[in-house]
Amino acid sequence: MSAPASLTDRITSGAMAPALEVVDLHMSYIVRGVPREVLRGVNFHIQPGEAYGLVGESGCGKSTTAYAALRYLPGNGRITQGEIRSGGRDITSMSSKELQAFRSSQASMVYQDPVAAMNPSLKIGRQVEESFKLIGQSASDAKASAYAALEQVRIADPTSVLDRYPHQLSGGMLQRVVIAMALASKPELLVLDEPTTGLDATVEAEVLDLIRALRSETGAAVLLIAHNLGVIRTMCDRVGVMYAGKVIEEGPAQEVFDSPEHPYTVGLLNAIPRAGLRKTDRALYSIPGELPSIGTDLPTCVYIDRCALADEKCKSTPPPATSVGEGHQTFCHHVDRVGELRDAEVGAFSNVSSDDNVLQLTGVAKTFRQAGQDIPALVSVDLGIAEGETLGLVGESGSGKSTMAKTMLGVHSYDPGGDIVLDGVSVPAAATNRTPANSAAMQMVFQNPDSALNRVWTVRRILERSIIKLTGASKDDARARAEDIASAMRLSPRHLDMRPRQLSGGLKQRVAIARAFAGDPKLVVCDEPTSALDVSVQSAILNLLANIQNDQRTSYLFITHDIGVVRYLADRIAVMYLGRIMELGPTDAMFQGVNHPYTEALLSAVPSVDGETRERIPLDGEIPSPKNPPSGCVFHTRCHRFVEGLCDTKEPELREIAPGHMIKCHLDVADLGVVPVQVQRKGSTFGEADGAELQSSDSFDDTVVEGEQVDPEDTVND
Amino acid sequence: MLRFIIRRLALSIITLFLLVIIVFLLTSVFPNDPARQLLGPFQSQEAVDQLAEELGLNDPKTEQLGRLVKGVATGDFGESYSRPGERVMDLILPALGNSAKLVVLGLLITLPLSILSGVLAAYRKDSLFDRSVVTLGLATSAIPDFVSGILLQYVIGVRLGWLPATSNAPRGTGFIGSLEFIILPALAIVLVYFGYIARVTRAGAVQAFESDYVRTAFMKGMPLRRVINRHVLRNSLQPTVAVIGTQIGFLFGGLIALELVFNYPGLGSMIINAAQDQDLPLLQGGVIIVAVLYMIATLLADLLISWMNPRARSVTAS
Ligand SMILES: Nc1ncnc2c1ncn2[C@@H]1O[C@H](COP(=O)(O)OP(=O)(O)OP(=O)(O)O)[C@@H](O)[C@H]1O
Ligand SMILES: [Mg+2]
Repeated sequence: MSAPASLTDRITSGAMAPALEVVDLHMSYIVRGVPREVLRGVNFHIQPGEAYGLVGESGCGKSTTAYAALRYLPGNGRITQGEIRSGGRDITSMSSKELQAFRSSQASMVYQDPVAAMNPSLKIGRQVEESFKLIGQSASDAKASAYAALEQVRIADPTSVLDRYPHQLSGGMLQRVVIAMALASKPELLVLDEPTTGLDATVEAEVLDLIRALRSETGAAVLLIAHNLGVIRTMCDRVGVMYAGKVIEEGPAQEVFDSPEHPYTVGLLNAIPRAGLRKTDRALYSIPGELPSIGTDLPTCVYIDRCALADEKCKSTPPPATSVGEGHQTFCHHVDRVGELRDAEVGAFSNVSSDDNVLQLTGVAKTFRQAGQDIPALVSVDLGIAEGETLGLVGESGSGKSTMAKTMLGVHSYDPGGDIVLDGVSVPAAATNRTPANSAAMQMVFQNPDSALNRVWTVRRILERSIIKLTGASKDDARARAEDIASAMRLSPRHLDMRPRQLSGGLKQRVAIARAFAGDPKLVVCDEPTSALDVSVQSAILNLLANIQNDQRTSYLFITHDIGVVRYLADRIAVMYLGRIMELGPTDAMFQGVNHPYTEALLSAVPSVDGETRERIPLDGEIPSPKNPPSGCVFHTRCHRFVEGLCDTKEPELREIAPGHMIKCHLDVADLGVVPVQVQRKGSTFGEADGAELQSSDSFDDTVVEGEQVDPEDTVND
Repeated sequence: MLRFIIRRLALSIITLFLLVIIVFLLTSVFPNDPARQLLGPFQSQEAVDQLAEELGLNDPKTEQLGRLVKGVATGDFGESYSRPGERVMDLILPALGNSAKLVVLGLLITLPLSILSGVLAAYRKDSLFDRSVVTLGLATSAIPDFVSGILLQYVIGVRLGWLPATSNAPRGTGFIGSLEFIILPALAIVLVYFGYIARVTRAGAVQAFESDYVRTAFMKGMPLRRVINRHVLRNSLQPTVAVIGTQIGFLFGGLIALELVFNYPGLGSMIINAAQDQDLPLLQGGVIIVAVLYMIATLLADLLISWMNPRARSVTAS
């Protein structure tokens, strides 16, 4: 999103000093007495009012740069070379008084984890007022300002929020409060370090909308760090791609994402499932190897170890900045050959799902009891999963996804009256009553692999134990099979004798997957298996899962927050809300057909890396508590298509609107919307996937897109 | 909050009751005969029996317990055996006052010193200052209170003669004047507790300094001093408060050796004397008073902590 016109004019006329200017910044962390270089000459600048994004793998130095911009260094951090300037002033040489004044009145920061960023034992009011007192306001003025600040960040009831403690507010709400504090000083520079990571996609979209709106109100320059490239694309004017402590490509966000000119950027973008890519289109690209650790000696090109184009020249000479467009530069010797990487041929996966259901849930419900009160967390779910099928499961946090997974696995036993049939045979509700064969047939992979792996055992022992436990194999058979499985999971033999803590996150997740496959499972429940991983690692894991499925016809229940991932991998998608399945259908139909209003809102919240813009349908408020669900259709309190007298009185049935596509909604198909998509730019040359995207967008003619846009009147519903 | 206090008070009363029973059981199984002890070896057995009868020593145990419970409730533990004619409470109160004076003086020096050192050590973690606080603290708290007491007494009191070597102020000394006499034992308390409290505070403060909310405060442009006062202390002092709360009981009733070294008539030496004299009412009264102090101190500490930590408050309330 671009800055207000007046600011843009000033930027182009070059009348003002940059809001942030980082020149050849070198930084080290001292680890066990040895300085290890983490930033190796970072260069970039942000003009007043401009939004600049920094992207790159975990550990490449994004946060280090962001904190250095406000000169907040950890005890062992040292700036060894370079300059940081803001508004023409050198930050590195400020006295502590000057630095305090700079932070309280010119630059502010918003952090990744809003819950931790607030003092747990002080009321919100005190903490917000503090920010105003620091710029010299009296106690009573600060109070009034705090109220106004919360209003500015669209908090509906400032008085009550000011009077609460942080633990009494949701993460999204707290992030608004943190933003309000950051804006207290009307900063010229706002640094945001992954401000929406860890928030639900719908909450993320709200926070991003807010930041966007505030930016055009205040004209602050923004440095935004996010690992979600879609977020960067929709928020930033320019973007810098960082690798091993260096910005290796920089340019206008659209241009960098649509035609990347550095091998690393290409790898990163090819690794994400984007532009409606499906597993049947092509496998995901994954960058081999790992980010070099800090302090590694990298005298020429920092990306040399992982680059497919690297040759002698790359080893001997540091790559110069090469201009590849207006304001777009890349640090690579082989700009002319980057195209080869972009169009690299990779195989695709085939759809192996059959018509026979491996698992059938009929009327499965789960009611928890807490303090004498019934909490229906799962309400009468009917669902079949076919052999070799991937069923995606999406919904906000608290919608009941994990409860459903755990109920399937018998961690929670379902309420009497339901039935779970595995391969034609009913299985007992509780895991403790299930046979070893039952447990072997249904396995789970968690978001955090550590929870499934015994940390003191070697990988070999972990796998052997699972094999023996799940299949009753002999010790020798287990040994041989562990090696087979490990190699099927692309773990090298040396990994077998390592312990989990010696492995990276991606490798640990491979081990966890290998463990789940120890007993030839029919169904594997994957609960956000890649959400803690970098995109390049995620792509390898997703490829692995798709590969195993192709070979073994295993079925997956794949729980995720990431719409791009579920669209890539799933054959069918189920959408959950308050323990109910609101929509269920083939993936293509979900993205091209008519949707349940809830799905519509979820999909509209996804920031796209391809520059699609959608009219966002806001989901007001938070998901209601399952303790007292709303009457009638449980979604009616937040629905933009709510019909009074119908939706609030009667709960709709799950009905079929097209073959295999069901929604739980009273409205006629004609009254429901398809995902309103407008493709901003056509004719981009990047990747095969764009072809698919063009097709789907072509299928809406302009009038349909217009007609399906949500009328603002419609969104007012409660 | 109110509900929390009420529940906590109810719990205290139950604890107190259990404690009274325990004290009663312990004191009533004394091997010797208190009446014989009081009258000495030369009195006739009749006189001893008669005294035992008068003291109620032959009453059923339940009746004796009932008397004790009533005594606790009314604050009247009856008459002392070893000093006939004096009410137990009248003997306890001055000793309690003396102990309180010593403990308060000791803590008034210890707390600011150790908390400040702990917080600064945390702020400059791994610096020379930090290491000195930790090592020095470990060293001094490893020395028993009476040993450092004797050293202080000898060096400062006897050799240098700067301060009185014993703490028994002459009759008629005013409150302020009497303080001079207890500086040395108070310093012994400081030596024992400085390291302990500084280390507990340091641990909490290290965590606070590494927390995101302290980072937020610095990023707001808040000066260090205000960050410490507003954000570091409140969250890092919770363990410190808990430790102090549990140590109060010991400070009042447990400084027996230190009180003996300085010949100071505090609660600790009163209790030990009562035990030697088999003065049952005085012993029971003394022990129960210490226990009540302990309970009040931990109660106050808990209240303070829950005031400092709203999350704990809402958890205990729900
Ligand atoms: N205080 C520290 N001491 C030593 N090493 C550190 C310290 N802080 C960070 N590092 C290391 O420096 C490197 C860069 O860290 P940084 O937090 O800047 O990465 P990042 O790009 O923000 O990653 P992420 O995407 O995970 O947030 C990492 O290898 C990290 O482990
Ligand atoms: Mg970071």
